[in-house]
Amino acid sequence: MDMRYEAPKSLDQAVALLVAEKGEARVLAGGTDLLVQMRTDVVEPALLVDIKGIAELREIKDEAGGFRVGAAVTGAELKEHPKLKAMWPGVVEAANLIGSTQVQGRATMGGNLCNGSPAADSVPALIAASAKACIVGPQGRREVAVEEVMLAPRKLSLAKGELIASFLLPARPPRAGDAYLRFIPRTEMDIAVVGCGVCLTLDAKDVCTAARVSLGAVAERPLLVAAAAAALVGSTVDAAALDKLDAAARAACRPIDDKRGTKDYRIKVAGVLARRATQIALERARKA
Amino acid sequence: MAKHHVAATVNGDGVEFLCETDETLLDVLRNQLGLTGTKEGCSTGDCGACSVTVDDRLVCSCLMLGVEAGGKSITTIEGMADGEALHPLQKKFIEHAALQCGICTPGFLVAAKSLLERTPDPTETEVRYWLAGNLCRCTGYDKIVRAVLDAAAEMRGA
Amino acid sequence: MQEKVKDAPASPFQWVGSRPERPDGVDKVTGRARFGADMAMAGQLVGRVLRSPHAHARIRSIDTRAALKLPGVKAVVTRDDFKDQPSEFIPAGEMMINYRDVVRNVMAREKVLFEGHAVAAVAATSAAIAKQALKLIKVDYEVLPHVIDVVEAMQPGAPLLDEGLITAGVEPAPNKPSNVAKRVEFALGDIEAGFKQAEVVIERSFTTKPVHQGYIEPHACVASVSEDGQAELWVTTQGHWIVRAHCARLLGWDVSQIRVTASEIGGGFGGKTVVYLEPVALALAKKSGRPVKMVMTREEVFRASGPTSGAHLRVKIGARKDGRIVAADAELKYQAGAFPGSPVQPGAMCAFAPYDLENVKVVGYDVVSNRPKVAAYRAPGGPIAEFAVEQVMDDIAKAIGMDPVDLRLKNAAKQGTKAAYGPKFGPVGLIETLEAAKAHAHWRTPLAKNQGRGIASGFWFNIGGETAVSMSLNEDGTLSLTAGTPDIGGLRASLCMMAAEELGIDIGKIRVQIGDTGQLGYNFLTGGSRATFSSGMATVEAAREVIKEACKRAAKLWELPEDAVEYVGGAVRPAGPNAGKHTPMSLKDIAGIAGKTGGPIAGYARINAHGAAPSFATHIADVEVDPDTGRVWVVRYTAIQDAGRAIHPSYVEGQYQGGVAQGIGWALNEEYIYGADGKLQNPGFLDYRVPVASDLPMIDTVIVEVPNPRHPYGVRGVGETPICPPMAAIANAVCNATGVRFTDLPMSPPKVLAALDEARAKGAAKI
Repeated sequence: MDMRYEAPKSLDQAVALLVAEKGEARVLAGGTDLLVQMRTDVVEPALLVDIKGIAELREIKDEAGGFRVGAAVTGAELKEHPKLKAMWPGVVEAANLIGSTQVQGRATMGGNLCNGSPAADSVPALIAASAKACIVGPQGRREVAVEEVMLAPRKLSLAKGELIASFLLPARPPRAGDAYLRFIPRTEMDIAVVGCGVCLTLDAKDVCTAARVSLGAVAERPLLVAAAAAALVGSTVDAAALDKLDAAARAACRPIDDKRGTKDYRIKVAGVLARRATQIALERARKA
Repeated sequence: MAKHHVAATVNGDGVEFLCETDETLLDVLRNQLGLTGTKEGCSTGDCGACSVTVDDRLVCSCLMLGVEAGGKSITTIEGMADGEALHPLQKKFIEHAALQCGICTPGFLVAAKSLLERTPDPTETEVRYWLAGNLCRCTGYDKIVRAVLDAAAEMRGA
Repeated sequence: MQEKVKDAPASPFQWVGSRPERPDGVDKVTGRARFGADMAMAGQLVGRVLRSPHAHARIRSIDTRAALKLPGVKAVVTRDDFKDQPSEFIPAGEMMINYRDVVRNVMAREKVLFEGHAVAAVAATSAAIAKQALKLIKVDYEVLPHVIDVVEAMQPGAPLLDEGLITAGVEPAPNKPSNVAKRVEFALGDIEAGFKQAEVVIERSFTTKPVHQGYIEPHACVASVSEDGQAELWVTTQGHWIVRAHCARLLGWDVSQIRVTASEIGGGFGGKTVVYLEPVALALAKKSGRPVKMVMTREEVFRASGPTSGAHLRVKIGARKDGRIVAADAELKYQAGAFPGSPVQPGAMCAFAPYDLENVKVVGYDVVSNRPKVAAYRAPGGPIAEFAVEQVMDDIAKAIGMDPVDLRLKNAAKQGTKAAYGPKFGPVGLIETLEAAKAHAHWRTPLAKNQGRGIASGFWFNIGGETAVSMSLNEDGTLSLTAGTPDIGGLRASLCMMAAEELGIDIGKIRVQIGDTGQLGYNFLTGGSRATFSSGMATVEAAREVIKEACKRAAKLWELPEDAVEYVGGAVRPAGPNAGKHTPMSLKDIAGIAGKTGGPIAGYARINAHGAAPSFATHIADVEVDPDTGRVWVVRYTAIQDAGRAIHPSYVEGQYQGGVAQGIGWALNEEYIYGADGKLQNPGFLDYRVPVASDLPMIDTVIVEVPNPRHPYGVRGVGETPICPPMAAIANAVCNATGVRFTDLPMSPPKVLAALDEARAKGAAKI
């Protein structure tokens, strides 16, 4: 019944606490999902490891022309970082779609990913942006593409004692742009029925030379849809390319029927969002 | 195991309290510190009635543990008026009839104050999106949005 | 923008119709106001309820021994702590209640009838211990097949909730039990003959989903029972005398033993007119000898407190090509939840009430199913029926090529109209609202791409009822006013204004409170849009009693006959031939001589307020539809309604705007979603989607004033009518935007997109 709480000051301590705990141990970042799950007895951890006291997890640093974002940086802090927002607006916007202004004050991208929901808003945007997660554990550090972290609902590819320390957002190529859109029934406060992140790069003649398209809430995990990207590459992102993209996005979906949407609806809307997000990313790439 | 001993600042005053790990900041404010102006509407971060600021950051106090408040500076609705003088937002909420039952009002006021500190001249759309996490079931939001815009105008003029 | 239609010359009133600050405003913006969960009593325990995990099951046994042994657990109650009650329907405001069902809803007896049904409760020294104790209570269930849908529940062979339930209102009485509790019928003229005259007949079926009142404050109370059996209850409620009556009845205590204080109430909308926790908290307090505080979680509010009915509806209207409606027919099937008592009767009465018709027939069915028992929700029953009728009206207008406002004007109820449910209307304002709609700039503003505009009218009865108010003249000339109807949205301001108007004094001289059940005679609850009407009427009477007594005291001092003095502009002065002989005495002067002229001066009004008058509304909605995702936004909205007279226009506008916002939620996204297991899947504000600030536009209002001649200030209730038109107004707007008629609520994106795709395949969609 008694739950322990620890707030280590270093990653080593955090890992040691997670490794040593025999019962269920949970990493506490923003807590906006975890506290709700604790309240409703979905999880009953024996140990909470609050990682917000670990300096490197709370920082946004320049790295390799891009940024290293600590896993415990909040959505509100991302939004207040002008350079990050200018380079990866889709990622910052996605993270800022999670919950309310109040939730933005706490919620983190590390938590969003580790909550293990296929509908997590920031994840398709991170995947589209080719972000890597830095995972720290008893065996040391490893960098993994974000799309490889989540396996299935509530299931991650992290071993016991491992946690996500940061995300590396690479330098954005010249003439590239990213965008993330989600569909919800209201304007705010809902979980994505479908989410779509897009990043594309243009050459001097406005031909798409590279693209990444990621879909959320249409499968057991966020998807990186190569066929959708292929529909764009080599085109000027014209109507024909968008039609192919729409079809490829729909074809990649393997959703479920649930209280938030039907299979059929999710599939249709995935195509619509892929088009719309691509158009925003295209605008951004042209201006970049 | 023993309760956590936590020291924090609430509405400018130093406070100390003891709490279990699973007690939220909202539980602590209401049940231990007697600050019942912060309301509990859902305990899942979906209604905003428990809005407070922690180190000037707007949060739902139901989504933060009491033990996480150590060393932080927390402001609740009880800290909004300056002595006998109501904050302009408080005055405008009364003037515009921006409350009916009043249960959501403290959360709206705390959230709106946080908005105006960052964005002194918000558009109607900015007000509506900033306050989207604060549910009101009585007013349809019309008079709340008007009160916030009017308070912002008055504060800019002041 | 807010505008006020006022053809009359300048207001004859000093206070009525103005917008002073509400007396409880400062408390509510500073956090001082104390709501249900804000009270703490010394030594209080935490009370928690164990709830059924099954939609339908027989309770074989409940074993509480392990829970009682847990240190810190001070009391446990189950069905054994509440005596059974005989079956007997009694009126409870706008709904009927049966104590046999109330006792079973408060604590399950033979069976659990819905997921979330209360089975036991504990009182413990901490929330953590109470939670652990609930896990130690062993309930042996025999799980039974369940039924959720109203049409399935009506089928022969459906799982029966109550094996003794025989449909009432059917001749001869059925010889077998069913889930149909009651059939009601209202008829006027001869619909067969009427339909024969029709040149156009439209018939459609509709469904609506249960929606929750969605008050932001969960149910909460604190109970204390002393060793001599005297009880105190602090509770968030729309009617504390009602709570007292129900608790006394369920516990077998004298009414005088229980003093109930109404806390500030964080929204009710009809949902806080019944008891859930209150008798349980009192029983736990009695058993433990300690105060017990109980607060529902949001999840409990959704699972166990009353939403309103979902329904299946069929409406058929026949009209001539000139727009005259010649026959109207409707069949309404309402879900009651686990126990009989849906608002199908008021729904049937409201259905065609806006129209002056010769041939009408409405049949309604009250049907039980394995869902929480419905509670009143803002114009209970009305919005559901009016959603269907107002769409068929729209179809009739389209079929004969008539403007939908003109069609309504042609058939509008007016003074002297005999409603199908019985009465003849007095002066009513439907025509005025329709004319205001036609004259409104909104009605003529061009629409953008993918947009549509709809209108709908609405009706609600409004009620009066038992009311007591007291008013004391204080020794310094100020006044203390005590009313007994909880103030949910500005009542105290309105009462002060009417009192100040009567007394001719500054509103700041009057302080108003909501008294507890020991302070006044019986007050019926705040519901039925009655509080400003009834407590206002009683306040006026109490003020007049104070004035009469003030005159009496001055007459005594001046040695004049009582009728030789008059009260004008806040002062008593000699009248007629004695005018000018004495210096007029203000209320302050009178207060100064009260002691030596006969003692304290006070007024006490105890009335059964008669003369409540209906309020009609006409709403205009503009929507925009995303053709690719099916999402609907309301982009502009105007609510026009007859208030009789608006005492405090800001709070009247607030009622209109609030009703509209709830109606928009009902129209677009709110619904109870059940799994095949009979369990509610969205018991929280995340997936039970009430509108948020960014979902809505400003909601324009027009207050029409056709005074109610039976109220001293012309008041009609205004709170409920505004939720009647929005669902139909929005559906009509969506139909005009898309060319597709939406008959199933909510018009959520997946449903809208599917219907659009289907219509597109047939070439029938406009977008």
